[in-house]
Amino acid sequence: MVKNLDLAVIGSGAAGLAAAVAGATAGIKDVCIFEREAWLGGILPQCIHTGFGVQYFNENLTGPEYITRFTEEVHQLQIPYRLNTLVTHISPSKRITYVNSEEGVTHLQAKAIVLAMGCRERPRGAITIPGDRPAGILTAGTAQRLLDIDGYLPGRRIIILGSGDIGLIMARRFTMEGAIVQAVIEQLPYPGGLRRNIVQCLHDFNIPLLLNHTITAIHGLDRVEHIDIVQLDSQLNPIPNTQRTMACDTLVLSVGLIPENELSYDMQLQMSPSTRGPWINEQCETSKQGVYACGNVVHVNDLVDHVTQSGHIAGKVAAKYLHKETSPPLYHMQLIPNQNIRYLVPHRINYNTPFTLYLRVTHPLRQATITLGNQVIGYRQRVTPSELIPLSVDPTKIIKADSIVAAITGIPDLR
Amino acid sequence: MTSIIIIGGGIIGTLIARELAKYQLAVTLIEKEVDVAFGSTKANSGIIHAGYDDQPHTVKAQLCVRGNQLWPILAQQLHIPFTQPGSLVIATSSEDYASLEALLQRGKQNRVPSLQLIDNPRILTRREPHLTPHAIAALYAPTAGFTSPYEAAIAAAENAQANGVRLIRGQPVQRIIIKHGKIAGASTPNGFWPADYIINTAGLNSDTISSLAGISSFSIQPVKGEYLLYDKQVPNIVNHILFPVPTLQTKGIVVTQTVHGNLLVGPTATATLHKHDCATTIAGHQEIITEATKLVPLLNQYPAQTIASFSGIRAEADTKDFIIATYDDPYGFINVAGIKSPGLTAAPAIAQQITTILNDYIGSLKEKERVKLTRTPIPRPQTTVQDTETMKLITNRPRFGHLICRCEHVSEGEVIEAIQRGASTLDGIKYRTRAGMGRCQGGFCTPHLIQVLSHQTGMKVETITKRGGMSHILSSPIKPHWSCEDT
Repeated sequence: MVKNLDLAVIGSGAAGLAAAVAGATAGIKDVCIFEREAWLGGILPQCIHTGFGVQYFNENLTGPEYITRFTEEVHQLQIPYRLNTLVTHISPSKRITYVNSEEGVTHLQAKAIVLAMGCRERPRGAITIPGDRPAGILTAGTAQRLLDIDGYLPGRRIIILGSGDIGLIMARRFTMEGAIVQAVIEQLPYPGGLRRNIVQCLHDFNIPLLLNHTITAIHGLDRVEHIDIVQLDSQLNPIPNTQRTMACDTLVLSVGLIPENELSYDMQLQMSPSTRGPWINEQCETSKQGVYACGNVVHVNDLVDHVTQSGHIAGKVAAKYLHKETSPPLYHMQLIPNQNIRYLVPHRINYNTPFTLYLRVTHPLRQATITLGNQVIGYRQRVTPSELIPLSVDPTKIIKADSIVAAITGIPDLR
Repeated sequence: MTSIIIIGGGIIGTLIARELAKYQLAVTLIEKEVDVAFGSTKANSGIIHAGYDDQPHTVKAQLCVRGNQLWPILAQQLHIPFTQPGSLVIATSSEDYASLEALLQRGKQNRVPSLQLIDNPRILTRREPHLTPHAIAALYAPTAGFTSPYEAAIAAAENAQANGVRLIRGQPVQRIIIKHGKIAGASTPNGFWPADYIINTAGLNSDTISSLAGISSFSIQPVKGEYLLYDKQVPNIVNHILFPVPTLQTKGIVVTQTVHGNLLVGPTATATLHKHDCATTIAGHQEIITEATKLVPLLNQYPAQTIASFSGIRAEADTKDFIIATYDDPYGFINVAGIKSPGLTAAPAIAQQITTILNDYIGSLKEKERVKLTRTPIPRPQTTVQDTETMKLITNRPRFGHLICRCEHVSEGEVIEAIQRGASTLDGIKYRTRAGMGRCQGGFCTPHLIQVLSHQTGMKVETITKRGGMSHILSSPIKPHWSCEDT
């Protein structure tokens, strides 16, 4: 006999906790949060820097402070959760399989599911950096966990490849713990992380940012000893005679995050190739009724505040679905991005309520105008791929159609 | 009792140790690395070749076909993964076709069973839907198989130990002692190990070991092979082990599915100067992609789905064939060197041959009264379906329900058992359990593995290594660490 569950929340990071709290607050009692680690909070407990909650709470909090506000709510609302529990499979009919020490392998039939598994880091093998394969090469998030949870420095002389936010944050953390960060290396002509992190993490600590550079080889038998770097032209081709060697004992990779969607594939959700997550509408509804996706499992966000926001929506909508037991037939209008947009979320809209449209550009632009159909929905002086653009949209002003083009136009920003 | 030292714990040394352990002999296996399977064995394709490639009447050809027959039984006894999808050598031109006919003849001479030349492209497409449309024919060898070489070596070492073999790891043999033209023993930094016979299975370093015994008749010329490994999320796009038509130097870039379900392409074949040169290169990467997509064009669709690139070194001797040789002086020294491809395939047959050689030397070898032929694997919980065995396992040993490698679903219990069975490094754990072999490549499980390893062994966290030596994962604690006892 397979037990039933009204609402299963997969993951207890910012998205999952916001969804669970929203669902419980809306009166759903039979909820369970599934968390594979030993504590609630996802990745936030290891993000001991500030910058969290500026939008959501109007306060500048650290990661642990931010997430504690939600874990406390989970405890107050007495929302059940399972720790050290890995959800290993979800069937297309919403049957969940999870594994832990106490219950072994268990099946549960869920009525509604919120997917909030977050994302994972791209490893070396996914970008194929040539060279030796010694110890001392690790991703920025792993380094953060080892430093800020376990309390160990991964090395003394560190080079960081990729200028994503976690890499920038870690450049500062390593420096504060006494390691020397030789350089942050970025192949593009502009950094991958937020502007504020470039200033606060690199400039303030005199850490060189080498734009238009890449690593051509890693050297070291047991442990990383040095790396070769080369300058790139605007087409990302190596410029002859610019190769040089830098000594280091550690290479930290901050080369991108990938939404972790193995369970979404298991459930045969329709996926978006641009975000590598399930497509959702403005209600966080996926292609399957009663299944919602929120946070970084949908697309990689810059700010936790946006993650919380989407988790909140997912939890609320899941509760509505559970209360009514049925959902109105979905009428989706597909949003089609123009070529300046790398991706947008939601991928489809349902006209129900005003919503926030998030989009990311393919390259930096100046004087950028954003339109949805023939309606102008925003203007930005300057946009870069590193910063997600949130835009408020009133769907009632949009003419109903099967699809609508979302476009951003502007002047290429070559600076 | 006659005592024997085997130098080198790769697939050859461990399988010889396992074979000799059946007899009344005092066998010591000495490995210079901190664990077995840390040399060429760790980065081998894993293919169990059918045996049509090698020139008839060579040592290689005989041992390959015999080895191929032994592998299914061996895999069953050691409880290691083994599949037999069969191989296809793909011809895309009339010259290729001629080569296939030559291979077929050679295979028949080598007594390879059930070889078949498929020259109907329709049948080929049915067997391999994603095969290049340029394929005109293929040589089908149903006996070609696939295994996991490092798991095989680890299992063979465990089984050998269970039958009384002494395993010494982390100690390089520095001298071979010869008295009156006869082997007397070997010395390592930790001491002297007496022996009547020494079997040199030192792989890449077999020429150095051989010269320690005064035999410098060959040298090892390392040949690097680079590979690309894909995420399991990439669907099964090949059903067989796919080879291009071989050249004189190599069997070419192979496209295949590993026993664990990952698509694997490679290896290249480049001579290298250094025996430790496991570096991957841009040229190698490009060659793999170019050659592999010639066989399976669909591979182009998964450029972002590789999870690891790595390379292994073939321990090729300048004499080209396998060297399995005994000597009058020093009496008792046996070289098993230059075991390049199809060395993995031949390994169990080589082990039997060494037994025969020793039998001739010593007179009739006496079998032990009780020999364990099978090895119990580390229990592996079924994580996506409910089965009673897994439930029993987790009830009795709850840590088998705590999954710490989310990509490969590896439990803490498996990691602990791997450590109890001898893993002392992260690579040692990885090769025994697959923790860290999935799509995140250890990003999430590394901190857990460090903790478990430290907790189980008492090693300080900062002394834990990837694979021994100076391959430390962490440099130092940021603050003095306090423990519960301090408060």
